Amino acid sequence: MREGKERMIMQTASMTALELGRKIRQREISAAEAVEASLAQIEAAEPSLNCFVTVDGEGARAKAEKIQKAIDDGTLTGPLAGVPVGIKDNMCTEGLLTTCSSKILYNFKPTYTAEAVLNLERAGAIIVGKTNMDEFAMGSTTETSAFGVTRNPWNTEHVPGGSSGGSCAAVAAGEVPYALGSDTGGSIRQPSSFCGVTGLKPTYGTVSRYGLIAYGSSLDQIGPIAKDVSDCAAILETIASYDRKDSTSVKRTDCDFTSALVDDVKGLKIGIPSDYLAAGLDEEVKTAILKAADVLKSKGAQVEEFDLSLVEYAIPAYYVIASAEASSNLSRFDGVKYGYRAEQYEGLHSMYKRSRSEGFGEEVKRRIMLGSFVLSSGYYDAYYLKALRTKALIKQAFDRAFEKYDVILGPAAPTTAPKLGESLADPIKMYLGDIYTISVNLAGLPGMTVPCGMDSKGLPVGVQLIGDCFQEKKIIRAAYAYEQGRGPWELPAAMRFARAAGGGEKDGPKTSAGQTGGNETNCAGKADEHVSAAAGKGGI
Amino acid sequence: MANIISDETMEYVGILAKLELSDEQKEQAKKDMARMLDYIDMLNELDTSGVEPMSHVFPVNNVFREDEVTNGDERETILKNAPAKKDGSFMVPKTVE
Amino acid sequence: MNMFLRQQGREESEMAKQYETVIGLEVHVELATKTKIFCGCSTAFGGAPNTHTCPVCTGMPGSLPVLNKKVVELAMAVGLATNCKIHQFCKFDRKNYFYPDNPQNYQISQLYLPICYEGGIEIETPAGKKVVGIHEIHMEEDAGKLIHDEWEDCSLVDYNRSGVPLIEIVSEPDMRSADEVIAYLDKLRLIIQYLGASDCKLQEGSMRADVNLSVREAGAKEFGTRTEMKNLNSFKAIARAIEGERARQIELLEEGKKVIQETRRWDDNKESSYPMRSKEDAQDYRYFPDPDLVPVIISDEWLEEIRSRQPELRTEKLLRYKTEFDIPDYDAGILTGSKRMADIFEETTAICGKPKKVSNWLMGETLRLLKEEGMEPEELSFSPENLAKLIGLTEDGTINQTVAKEVFEKIFREDIDPVVYVEEHGLKTVNDEGELRRVVEEVIANNPQSVSDYRGGKKKALGFLVGQTMKAMKGKADPGAVNRMLAELLSEA
Repeated sequence: MREGKERMIMQTASMTALELGRKIRQREISAAEAVEASLAQIEAAEPSLNCFVTVDGEGARAKAEKIQKAIDDGTLTGPLAGVPVGIKDNMCTEGLLTTCSSKILYNFKPTYTAEAVLNLERAGAIIVGKTNMDEFAMGSTTETSAFGVTRNPWNTEHVPGGSSGGSCAAVAAGEVPYALGSDTGGSIRQPSSFCGVTGLKPTYGTVSRYGLIAYGSSLDQIGPIAKDVSDCAAILETIASYDRKDSTSVKRTDCDFTSALVDDVKGLKIGIPSDYLAAGLDEEVKTAILKAADVLKSKGAQVEEFDLSLVEYAIPAYYVIASAEASSNLSRFDGVKYGYRAEQYEGLHSMYKRSRSEGFGEEVKRRIMLGSFVLSSGYYDAYYLKALRTKALIKQAFDRAFEKYDVILGPAAPTTAPKLGESLADPIKMYLGDIYTISVNLAGLPGMTVPCGMDSKGLPVGVQLIGDCFQEKKIIRAAYAYEQGRGPWELPAAMRFARAAGGGEKDGPKTSAGQTGGNETNCAGKADEHVSAAAGKGGI
Repeated sequence: MANIISDETMEYVGILAKLELSDEQKEQAKKDMARMLDYIDMLNELDTSGVEPMSHVFPVNNVFREDEVTNGDERETILKNAPAKKDGSFMVPKTVE
Repeated sequence: MNMFLRQQGREESEMAKQYETVIGLEVHVELATKTKIFCGCSTAFGGAPNTHTCPVCTGMPGSLPVLNKKVVELAMAVGLATNCKIHQFCKFDRKNYFYPDNPQNYQISQLYLPICYEGGIEIETPAGKKVVGIHEIHMEEDAGKLIHDEWEDCSLVDYNRSGVPLIEIVSEPDMRSADEVIAYLDKLRLIIQYLGASDCKLQEGSMRADVNLSVREAGAKEFGTRTEMKNLNSFKAIARAIEGERARQIELLEEGKKVIQETRRWDDNKESSYPMRSKEDAQDYRYFPDPDLVPVIISDEWLEEIRSRQPELRTEKLLRYKTEFDIPDYDAGILTGSKRMADIFEETTAICGKPKKVSNWLMGETLRLLKEEGMEPEELSFSPENLAKLIGLTEDGTINQTVAKEVFEKIFREDIDPVVYVEEHGLKTVNDEGELRRVVEEVIANNPQSVSDYRGGKKKALGFLVGQTMKAMKGKADPGAVNRMLAELLSEA
């Protein structure tokens, strides 16, 4: 009666979080088996993908035992109990390495757990590891990680997008049924599009930022990355909370997001910004997006194009605001309290400069310098205040749009996933890739990406649905109805990576790079190898 | 390029941001920043007169804590990640007086 | 221009120039809250290093600040008491600079919309009353402490003070002398102590003043270039630093040199200052609104509530002491000159109902002992209950004045219960008529000279006899009764 291990792993790897949770509740699969399946898939896929900075097999196995007991004695009954999860490496996890994919935090083990992650743990989630990302979430390709690039499971010559590239690729490859990501300028929605998974960035203030290592505090928001819309709704329902520790947290009474999983969009007014369809948008992406719109139309939604305006100004405004906030947020990484301290320095300021210059990667330094400059004496008004005024105008433009439409539909990125190494050479070109996602962060809106097609290279395309503030339910409803109309979506996961799986006994912190081959990375090895390289010696 | 970043500016930004760049990196950083500022200057096309700068997207205000001690002695955990410590304190190079 | 005027002009320029000193103060005051401004850590003094810390006040990644409501209320109270306007919409900004005592490498402060602005307080100067303007009062967090290690070439960082709430009171450049500065600080300190917003101890650093000083030729319209002086931790140091900096700037100007705008550190032992600035210190703080904190909106109702809760301040108290208790001007001035003194006065009066007696004890013995011990009135530690009991003991004749002074000293130093003390030490006045008569008869018998002097009209001699009697009774007699008994027995014979 018992299925072969390989088959079990394959089946588990293709399940959604809710499906797996149901099977665990029905005792068809144990929490321990779910964890083993996840670890086996990780073992199989990691050499070619590198989605994780740290894999905590030991911790996950121990947790699975506890969770199983709680499920058995009826204390844990939720839909995510016993389901493994990957957490983006910019969310603090007590005692578990949290690096932001940066050398400057190569050995940092937080002393507390982020509120959103705590919410998951309370619901019985089992953390199997911390996912790779662009260093401090600055990037759109996961190539700026100090621990090696993550590769796109659909085609390993391509990037997974970023900055939550590790989370999205891990879900696409079936390493974990779902993951948490964070989105400052599109970091959940764009890699979701590139990896063919479903990702949701909630309204600013919906998920607590306590324990999320800040990039742009006024823009950052944690959200779910999963295989389908139902998962995203259920996960968001679990992680959303009013948190007294986060002053920007919003008290909401409408967090029953799963109630919006209704296959009905009759009369729903959907607007497509014609500015989004203009030059710069890849034709194949455009075709896929419009096809998605047609599906919704055929289900009774009213779809029309409209002029959103100001779209191109969002990028410069974003880079001023995000860089300014980042320059201040990242000043705490100085070699005094935690993380990397340079070995050679003369005096305090030299220690600061060396530690930071050696600890941060190029893109992070670029943004810190830009941010320091735009806030410096004489430039504050011209740059920072100008950007905040532009932000106000962008918000007004969305307000006007949402007077007419329930949902805005568009692409999540101008293209499908680019090849590795193509993006970083030209930062501005890379920044331009965020054009459809960035304004959503500036206005604090919820946005969601759902897979809607493939290009001729076999890479997925995602359609982005944007709602007004606190209107997650509208986009979830539209996304769910679309998903039903679209039909099943096959991930490359199970079939491609499960073959090598089975019998993996590896545990303990596992880290990346090395095998990804041919990539220049700032840190040539595992995160914790740097412990021996630099820790202890940084004495004065 | 409309914006030109001088060596002095780069040096100054380095002091502000506590970053030390090699000469080669400095040249690249000057170019990158100038290009970025040229791009950001696009914002000047927008008439924002009379528009209030928007820091927070929605009007959340007056979020307070009551004045009650909720934390105990967490010294051990607080110092756990310190690169250098001594006598229950973080250890740093001598601060110049 | 005629010859005469030109001549006069030259003569003037040859004379020593007259300079005016222009001073403004930035006063930091630690607020008397139980917890820090943005986290639930204790603000108590004296903990071992880093024992009052948490992820927020040590700048751990991912931690976020949440504002202590009490800080806003205390800042508002100080603002109202110093006649400030209140920004009913105010925000926090980040001040960015790197230093190890500042764990986030930015300090959360207020630049663009400080909570209080445009106020002022009146001070007394030899030339009469004068108002010193207050430009603004803002809320901010304190930094940690750096200890320089004696054995190794390093410094140790203690974040116990990191995040302790401060208000910074920025005055207008309205002061012209060290005396005015001291008068301003004294007044400010008293107001804040009365509000219970801080204990304002300069030595312990709960009140710190930075002095902004410039000089200009008398009559000049423009201000000179100013310097900022830090590390002043007593009124005396402030006065010396002002004198020193004034002299230094005048000397520079006299030599035709320029004053450089800079921050200087005062060394009170050397009585000189030196510039603090280094190349690595750009003093460009890149202030911007803290995105982790939301605006504070102060409603009219909240403001009214704070206003209605304001305690009686010194001016009102002074007036009330005069009218309600009939205390003379001078005494009322001393009693209200310290919050602690005024509190003891009022609480003791409330218990015993004898304001004059209480005032006498405070104005007399208390001030004498304070002076003797070199203490400040704020350091008074005895309880009003015990002073009230002592007054009760003298009023009902249980002890006499001499004994009372002795007992008071014990109260002053150890806060003993006078009733118990008097009982235990047998200090009660002896009211036994027979015993007194016996002693007085003995004194009369032993001092025939004084007796005959008295009878011969030298009334002064009675004093000697009273003294002798008191001595024989070991001070425990009621002087009135001794007087009466002596007079009675002397007239009898």
